[in-house]
Amino acid sequence: MKKNNVWIAIFAMPAIAALLMLVASPSATANDQASTAGTNVVIDNFVFGPQTVTVPVGATVTWTNHDDIPHTVVSTEGVFKSKVRDTDEKFSYTFTKPGTYPYYCSVHPKMTGTVVVK
Amino acid sequence: MPDKKQDLIDQQLQDLNNDGVDRRGFLKCMAWAGTGLVWTMSGGIPVSRAFAKNAGKDAGVAADFTFVQISDSHIGFNKPANPDVTATLQTAINKINAMPNKPDFIIHTGDLSQLSKPSEFDTLDQSLKAASAKQIFFVPGEHDMLSDNGEQYLQRYGKGTKGAGWYSFDHKGAHFVGLVNVANLKAGGMGSLGHEQLEWLEDDLKGRSASTPIVLFAHIPLWTIYPDWGWGTDDSAQALSYVKRFGSVTVLNGHIHQIMQKVEGRVSFHTAMSTAFPQPAPGTAPSAGPMKVPADQLQQVLGITDVNYLVSGRSLAIVDSPLGASTPLPSANRGGSLITDSVSG
Repeated sequence: MKKNNVWIAIFAMPAIAALLMLVASPSATANDQASTAGTNVVIDNFVFGPQTVTVPVGATVTWTNHDDIPHTVVSTEGVFKSKVRDTDEKFSYTFTKPGTYPYYCSVHPKMTGTVVVK
Repeated sequence: MPDKKQDLIDQQLQDLNNDGVDRRGFLKCMAWAGTGLVWTMSGGIPVSRAFAKNAGKDAGVAADFTFVQISDSHIGFNKPANPDVTATLQTAINKINAMPNKPDFIIHTGDLSQLSKPSEFDTLDQSLKAASAKQIFFVPGEHDMLSDNGEQYLQRYGKGTKGAGWYSFDHKGAHFVGLVNVANLKAGGMGSLGHEQLEWLEDDLKGRSASTPIVLFAHIPLWTIYPDWGWGTDDSAQALSYVKRFGSVTVLNGHIHQIMQKVEGRVSFHTAMSTAFPQPAPGTAPSAGPMKVPADQLQQVLGITDVNYLVSGRSLAIVDSPLGASTPLPSANRGGSLITDSVSG
């Protein structure tokens, strides 16, 4: 049991810290002060959330599919295109140029989102 | 013989009146309880009636031919909504093999696989080998074109087809058209046929007699069921304009993993159950994702569709049979509430 506690202390704390950062990121986005540490978008119930993320140049956005159904993350303008992402699979893309990047799921095109790079 | 047919039609009209199924009700007909709904079309008059009530009568009518529609096998899916989709496909095939009227062929309306993996297609092929009907016609679902723009699908199931896999064929006087509405989907849109396919369709139907029964089949519904979930096809109106002049048009789709039917003029629309897992009724869940039902109820919400075609009488009967029912006989379905006018708007 003690071993477990130590394990939690060592490994879980950074994870919890990361989670806190995640929770904090929407407000950072609202202030246009998103960090380059990475922004996460999750797919839940056929929705990209948050639907719009604002990141600085050089930031990496990571999408994770939480649905029981595969999805894709495809730039509407052909800038990036993920392979099909099944449950819990991720896709990351690093944005090196400022601009607005609309994207969608090519399997379920009603699913759309936008990455704004400033 | 014509008298007998007329009797049947009269009987059906009578039932229609008794059931009180108006047009709106018919639009919303759903066989949620895992029962079946039979409908026939005679001379452009759509007639619906409860399967349980009339199936016995129906069985006595010799059809010119029968074919079966299966859909949405999703081989490779292994989530809680159905951890063994290969087994339920097998059950569906067993059901087809046990049909009293041997089907001339099977139509699979797409989503053969979950992830377009070769191993998934292999498993599907292996399972379908057990079907008594050896001829199987396919159209792709979006799950069959995930990784390679449908190359794998076309190589396996689309030999001799046009474009992304569309084609037509004739069978005993009826004209069948397999359409693809899952390729090149546009952001924010629903299913799409595309200009090239629409042109081909117009040309394919040109010159055919208006009395030719037409069957269109495609994966995503060719009528708008629920745009919020993408349950429709953006340019289906164009396609349907080409079939308006025909006396009998049947549109068979899958994708939504539940039975829905609608009749518009002389065009009858029908969606089939999946052989893999159910999906929620439009708008009744946060998303269209797989619906988990208790294990003992799963076979009531999966199923097959068989279509009895009486070409000479231009009448058509569609019977949806859940996997859980032994055979599509009245006794197997008695007690199920059939026509439920639920979900408005």
